[in-house]
Amino acid sequence: MPLAIKHLLGTEGLSRKAIETILDTALSFKEISTRPIKKVPTLRGKTVINLFFEASTRTRTSFEIAGKRLSADVINITGSTSSVVKGENLIDTARNLEAMNPDILVVRHSASGAPWLLKEFVDCPIINAGDGAHEHPTQALLDLLTLRVHKKTLDGLSVAIVGDIAHSRVARSNIHAMKTLGMNVTVVGPRPMIPVGIEALGVNVEHDLDKGIRDVDVIMMLRVQFERQGAFLIPSVREYSNLYGLTQKRLARARPDVLVLHPGPVNRGIEIALDVMNGPRSVILEQVNHGVAVRMAVMYLLMGGGDEGIN
Amino acid sequence: MTSNILSAGDISRAINRIAHEILEKNKGAEDLILVGIVTRGAVLSQRLQSKISEIENIQAAHGILDITLYRDDLATGKKAPEVKQTRIPYNIDGKVIVLCDDVLFTGRTIRAAIDALMDFGRPAAVQLAVLVDRGHRELPIRPDYVGKNIPTSRQMRVQVHLSETDGEDSVTVVESEK
Repeated sequence: MPLAIKHLLGTEGLSRKAIETILDTALSFKEISTRPIKKVPTLRGKTVINLFFEASTRTRTSFEIAGKRLSADVINITGSTSSVVKGENLIDTARNLEAMNPDILVVRHSASGAPWLLKEFVDCPIINAGDGAHEHPTQALLDLLTLRVHKKTLDGLSVAIVGDIAHSRVARSNIHAMKTLGMNVTVVGPRPMIPVGIEALGVNVEHDLDKGIRDVDVIMMLRVQFERQGAFLIPSVREYSNLYGLTQKRLARARPDVLVLHPGPVNRGIEIALDVMNGPRSVILEQVNHGVAVRMAVMYLLMGGGDEGIN
Repeated sequence: MTSNILSAGDISRAINRIAHEILEKNKGAEDLILVGIVTRGAVLSQRLQSKISEIENIQAAHGILDITLYRDDLATGKKAPEVKQTRIPYNIDGKVIVLCDDVLFTGRTIRAAIDALMDFGRPAAVQLAVLVDRGHRELPIRPDYVGKNIPTSRQMRVQVHLSETDGEDSVTVVESEK
């Protein structure tokens, strides 16, 4: 079956139709997770390998559950338990895994572009589960699904993405997808966290949080990535929290129907206050719930499901 | 070549009769759940539901089932249609399920539907109502309620149009031009 795209590597260049197909399919898949028997036989006999070279709770579990709910056999490999510790490189690892005939390879790696490198060496479809500071397409799709569930239409919706835009694959994937869908995106953060020239992607830049979130439909908070460059970009955590932390007081000045998203894991009390995180405007746990449906949809479509697959 | 097999009136009478047969066989609609297979089976099941409520003044439970995820041809490289919503908001344990579909052909759709139902629970019985039975079964499946039996060749296409989805009620058989 001729698929227009074989891999899901990023949202950059992904068509509006492809995004909508994935979201429509994911909406239908949501119901499966509410059944007493949360499983359909669709991908029976298919093998999904989760190859994770970076720490992850949500994404890895979500891919594993998604595969299992479609009856695929899911194998998890993490960096620390693989032969990478013996010095095997990424390409050799992937080629050896491919020799065991998996049907989908899900890859997370700290190097930007790692899945693009791999696709030159392996034949099976690859899903990017996050590559360095580059892309995290399924996260953007689950964010969009969450917005779809709450808002009538995505077209024209305005979003503020707040935090370390420069090192956020979540921000990048969301910006590409949101612009494709005709949404208005403002990135908000201190200067060192906003890449020079990001306006070229069609986004507005704002350095003042209160201004940035005043009239938006959606606030997407990003995590300060202390394991990456995060800590070096700001004078102190406390200052960042004072200037860019989303508190109930700040939220009260935004629209009453604003949605608050966060890709997790959350640094509690730093980029988002506890009462906001657990408050009525927060849809953070819904995002996690939608992650399973979106990943099921992507696996199903890459395996040949859907009228025209993803194109 | 296209020939009309059932008119709007024929379809309405067939549904009327099937509704009566369902009520007769199950002695009412108390423990009944009408489950329509997306897309046109769902329409038929809704019509049966309103017909049953006309006859017995009882609202039979109703659900819709998308069987795409239970198909046996995804791996064969054939295109699988778009996944649609499944909605069976009842506990089906111990209930009598009447599966509804427009055309019964190879029986593979019904096999998939039965598999899907079993994932929702353990019904007391599963019955099958179809508007058209065109033969050529590939599995040991037979309908309990049939609108009309239409002898066909495998090359023919049976097209069911229902006003909710297609703007008109009709059943036609199209001979493929070979």
